[in-house]
Amino acid sequence: MMKLALALIALVALAFVPAFAGPYPLGLGIGILGYGVLATAWAMFSGPTRYISLATVAFFGLGAYTVAVLADVLPYPLVLVVAALVGLIVALIVGLATLRLAGIYFVIFTFGLTELVRQLVTYYEVNVTRTLGRYVFLPLEPEHIYWQLLALLAATLAIAFWVRRSRIGLALRVIGDDPVVASHLGVRITRTKLTLFSISCVIMTLAGAIQAPRWTYIEPSIVFNPTTSFLVVIMALLGGPNRLFGPLLGAVPLFLLFEWLSANFPNHYSIILGLLFIAIVFVLPNGVLAAGDSLWSRLTRKAVQS
Amino acid sequence: MTLLSLHNVTKRFGGLTAVNGLTFDLAAGETVGLLGPNGSGKTTALNMISGYLPVSDGAIALSGDTISTLGPERIAHRGVARTFQLVRALPSLSVGENVLAALAFRKEPVWGKAAEARIGALLADVGLAGRADQPADSLTYIDLKRMELARALASDPKLLLLDEWLAGLNPTELRAGIDLITSLRQRGITILLVEHVMDAVRALCSRCVVMNAGTKIADGPTSEVLADPEVIRAYLGEDHA
Ligand SMILES: Nc1ncnc2c1ncn2[C@@H]1O[C@H](COP(=O)(O)OP(=O)(O)O)[C@@H](O)[C@H]1O
Ligand SMILES: [Mg+2]
Repeated sequence: MMKLALALIALVALAFVPAFAGPYPLGLGIGILGYGVLATAWAMFSGPTRYISLATVAFFGLGAYTVAVLADVLPYPLVLVVAALVGLIVALIVGLATLRLAGIYFVIFTFGLTELVRQLVTYYEVNVTRTLGRYVFLPLEPEHIYWQLLALLAATLAIAFWVRRSRIGLALRVIGDDPVVASHLGVRITRTKLTLFSISCVIMTLAGAIQAPRWTYIEPSIVFNPTTSFLVVIMALLGGPNRLFGPLLGAVPLFLLFEWLSANFPNHYSIILGLLFIAIVFVLPNGVLAAGDSLWSRLTRKAVQS
Repeated sequence: MTLLSLHNVTKRFGGLTAVNGLTFDLAAGETVGLLGPNGSGKTTALNMISGYLPVSDGAIALSGDTISTLGPERIAHRGVARTFQLVRALPSLSVGENVLAALAFRKEPVWGKAAEARIGALLADVGLAGRADQPADSLTYIDLKRMELARALASDPKLLLLDEWLAGLNPTELRAGIDLITSLRQRGITILLVEHVMDAVRALCSRCVVMNAGTKIADGPTSEVLADPEVIRAYLGEDHA
C-alpha cells in the first residue's frame, strides 16, 4: 500500500515536469521514459525466462512506421490501436517461430528477424510506395509525447506488477529455471511464453508509435536501429530484470550516459556499447542490484557463521 | 482395476533400442518395483510414461485412455507425477515456490491462501516443515529429494513415478524414506518405483517388473522375482550364475 502511494505520488510529480522543464531537459525526459518503457517491457518476458531478445527495435520501429503510414488517414487514437494490433500480430508470428529455440539461437534469431523486418519495410517502401522516408506531421507537442509515455510507463509497470503476482508470472519463472520440470507440472509452455512475449512486444510497439512524431522524418535506418535493442538489454540487465523497478532504474543513468557518450565520442560509441553488452551479459546476467544483494547476503552469512 | 498399461512400448535412440517391447499393467493402488541393472531402460520407460520422451512404438494407457500421444503437461493433468533420477529443483525459487509451482498449474489450480496451507502440509509430510522460505538452491541433496517429492505430491497424483528416490540416503534417512512411501501407498496412490535398494523393494513392493537390456525378463511377486536365476544373472553378471 505504502509503495503504491509512493508510486502514485511520483507519477503525479513527474506529470508536472513539462511545466518546469525547458525543451532540452524535456527531450531527455522523453528519452528516459521511452527507454524505461522498453526496458521494463523487455524484462517482463526476458527476466524470468532468461531469453535474451534482440527484437525490441523491430517492434519499436513497426510502431513508429505504423504512425508514419496512417497518421494522415486515421484519427490518432485509432492509429495507436492499429499499431498495437500490428505489434501483436508480428509478435505472435515471431513468437511461434522463435520461442522453441533456446539460448544463443534465440538471441541470433531475434536479431536476424529485426533485420528482416527492416529489410521488408525498406523493400516495401522502395518498390511499392516508391518512397523511402516519410514525414510525420501530427499536432503533438513534446509535452504530449511525454505525458503519453508517462501513462504508458505507468501502465507497463502496473502490468509487470500484476504479472509478478499472478500464476503466469510464476509459470514464466518455472520455465526459465527448467522447462522440463515446468511441463511435468502442467505448465503450458508455448502458450505461456507466447502470451508474455506478445504483451511485452505490444508495449514496445506502442513506445515506438508514441515517439514517432518526435522525428518528423522517419526512415527504416532510424527507427530500426539495432543499437536500441542492445541498449535496452544493457539497461534491463544492469538494473536487474527480475525486479519491478530494476529495468527503469537501469534506464535512467544509462540513457544519460549514452547521450553523453554519443555526443562526445561518436566514433567510439558503438565499441563502448558492444563491450558493455558483452560484459553485462556474461558477468552480471541478474543485474547489478542483484549482484549487490548476493554479495550482501554472502557477507552477512559469513558474519553470522563467524 | 488397471490404472496404467504399457503395451509393446519401445524406444529407439538411433541404432540403440533402450526399451524393447515392454508390456505390463499396474492395478490401481499397487506399488510395483521396476528393477534392472544400470542402462537396462528403466528411466527411459518412466520418461515415456510421463511424456518426456515420445514412444517409438507401442502404446501407454492410463485408466484405459491412450496417453502416449500426449505431451507431459497433459499427462500431468491426468494425474501422473514423478521425481527425476538426478534431482531437478527449480533453483531460483524458494522451497515453498517449488511446491506452489505444482499446485498452481494443476488441472484445478490451487493458488493464494489455499495454496499456502497446502504447501505447509506437503512440506511437513516430507520432513521439510517450516522451510518454505528457504531458497531451493541452499538445500542439501537429501532435502532436495524431499522437496521434489513434495512437489510431485502437490498435484494429488493417481500415479507416482519414483526414479531411484531412495538412492544416496543413509540408513536412518532410508528408514524414514521407506516409511514415507508406505504412507503414500496407504493413501491409495499407485506407485511405480525404480529402485536399487533391495531392502526398500522388499519392504514396499508386492510385485516387481525386471528389465535387462531394454527387455522385460521377469514380472511377478517380489520374493519370487528376486529369487529368479535369470534376474540374479542379469544383476550379478554371468560369472555368478
Ligand atoms: N536421451 C537419450 N539419448 C540416447 N540414448 C539414451 C538416452 N537416454 C537413455 N539412453 C540410453 O538408453 C539406455 C537405457 O538408459 P536408461 O533408461 O537411463 O537406463 P536405466 O535407467 O535403467 O539405468 C542406456 O544405454 C542409455 O545410454
Ligand atoms: Mg535410470
